[in-house]
Amino acid sequence: MTPDSIYPAPRSLEEGVPADAEDLLRRMWEIRLFEDEVMTLFSKSLVRGSTHLCQGQEAVSVGVCWDLRHSDNMICTYRGHGAVLAKGAPLDGSFGEILGRQIGLCGGKGGSMHLTDVSVGALGSNAIVGAHLPIAVGAALSAQVQGRDDVSVAIFGDGATNIGAFHESLNLAGIWKLPVVFVIENNQYGEYSPLASTTPITELVRRADSYGMPGVLVDGNDVLAVRAVMNEAVANARAGLGPTLIEATTYRQTGHSRSDPGAYRPEGEMEEWVARDPITRLGAAMVEFGATTEEGLLDIEKSSKATVQAALDRALASPIPDDSLRLKDVFA
Amino acid sequence: MTDTYNYRQIISKAIADEMKIDPDVVLFGEDVGAAGGAFKTTPNLFNEFGPNRVRDTPISEQAIVGAALGAAMTGLRPVAEIMFADFAGVCYDQIANQVAKYRYMTNGQVRVPLVIRMANGAGTGFGAQHSQAAENWFLNVPGLKIVTPGTVSDVYGLLRAAIRDDNPVLFYEHKGLFAIKGEVERVESEVLPLGKADVVRKGTDITLVANQMMRHRAMEAAEILTAEGISLEVIDPRTIVPFDDATVIESLSTTSRLMIVQEGARDGSWGSSLVSRMFTEHFELFDAPPVLLSSEDTPTPYAGNLEELWLTSVDEIVAAAREQVRY
Repeated sequence: MTPDSIYPAPRSLEEGVPADAEDLLRRMWEIRLFEDEVMTLFSKSLVRGSTHLCQGQEAVSVGVCWDLRHSDNMICTYRGHGAVLAKGAPLDGSFGEILGRQIGLCGGKGGSMHLTDVSVGALGSNAIVGAHLPIAVGAALSAQVQGRDDVSVAIFGDGATNIGAFHESLNLAGIWKLPVVFVIENNQYGEYSPLASTTPITELVRRADSYGMPGVLVDGNDVLAVRAVMNEAVANARAGLGPTLIEATTYRQTGHSRSDPGAYRPEGEMEEWVARDPITRLGAAMVEFGATTEEGLLDIEKSSKATVQAALDRALASPIPDDSLRLKDVFA
Repeated sequence: MTDTYNYRQIISKAIADEMKIDPDVVLFGEDVGAAGGAFKTTPNLFNEFGPNRVRDTPISEQAIVGAALGAAMTGLRPVAEIMFADFAGVCYDQIANQVAKYRYMTNGQVRVPLVIRMANGAGTGFGAQHSQAAENWFLNVPGLKIVTPGTVSDVYGLLRAAIRDDNPVLFYEHKGLFAIKGEVERVESEVLPLGKADVVRKGTDITLVANQMMRHRAMEAAEILTAEGISLEVIDPRTIVPFDDATVIESLSTTSRLMIVQEGARDGSWGSSLVSRMFTEHFELFDAPPVLLSSEDTPTPYAGNLEELWLTSVDEIVAAAREQVRY
């Protein structure tokens, strides 16, 4: 199977834009605006504990999840609002979960770090670095044992490639040729520490060699490029050819969590990455290739804003969980 | 109609019988397939059910347990083996943070029907890192069922029940009991409920609660004490979580004396928890202070004499019982 038969051109923003570019842009805007609202809600003390935002990384979430089926399981990290929304979870239920309301995806029992919507294949957001990789391997094992052509996907940060569960998971997936796609969302920082201070190689994707699987490096701020390499990896997995490791390079435009102003960033780094912002780039390509106009872009942003605001209003109108909920579902 | 098996053999029979009736039951772990298990507890399953359902894994406990969890949430009923229960420390995150919490955190969006089998306990000279009564490590983690069978028929009935259960079950097989024999009836009713204790021996003077190897020592002590006119009621809880308090309470209401014999250090153990629950909630049932016999408060020593001293002996149980009835 050639890549073109799996996902036709354009395979990057330089080549053109597909017919559904507006939908991609809209979803990326929704995630961006969702995260902006969460930040505001935090400053108003409407969100408990901590939260981890993904502004600047939307092209990875959307590019990875866009063409997956609901029967394909995706598991991500505590910086997972974007991935869960990209997989198809509703905006209001996601806001509601972070606010601890009845409308929440998990009824208010999970929180910001555990957004889960099994009905769309968002099998979980995990708050232990790297711990969801073996779980994604297990979901792939189910598909293989039961003879389904579903795949499973684990999205994780560059920091997770240094934890033992990463090694065990890729090794097991490699030996059993499981239908799983591992996506490193390399946002350059593991919490507060730059990659270079924790990891002796710069291209993390080289680690794929150790597990007998292909490794693909992709511009994680180009949603079409992410989508193209993802589709190829998924097609291989569905065809029984085993796992793939994808490294999508991107940038976390906010701090690690709400308590982190990101003062450790070198001067000029943020500006450099903002100039490569994934939303701006997709919009520019759409104008360049005649898919829309500057005015059209503003309309998309505006209507996305209205969609997100309406979802937030619904979430804020939802009551807090019933007291009795805390005792439910310890066991089935 | 009954057949005779030993504790080791009945493990694979229980797994095989479930695999025959449910195609979603799979088994994986280190050396469980082609080699038949490090303790030879899973022989022939690989040949009978094939490499799709019986799989050898790398030495990767985190991946084994995590994969079992992912598989359990997406349609399988995995039976995962962690060779020695002590190795649960290697995958503690997966058991305590992932397996135990997934259903709760997602508000019941998933079921987690998995079993983690582990070889447990001391008395066989494996040293400090391969001899622990590791069932106690997870008492403080809600969301896990914990089973510690002490006889052949209990292994059979409880393992089948554990595989059928829609929740995560930690299943501890005691290494010191692998050679004991027992009869298993060839009928479906031998599937036992989780959370139900077994009154192994009726008695009137002391309620003695003990599991796994200590249950057998308790029975020996009970025989010795009978000659002295001291009557022990021996209860094997079989399941540590959920614990069958009702059976203990019923017995205590006759005997008014509680003795617990367990492996492993006292603090943070199921025995300590049982004393705490019974004393705080049923103080009126007691005519004497409860007795809790545990292993010494050290790691498990290797040399045979030292390990035997570390474990509670039959003589120590007998002596403690004599003293308790005199109170």
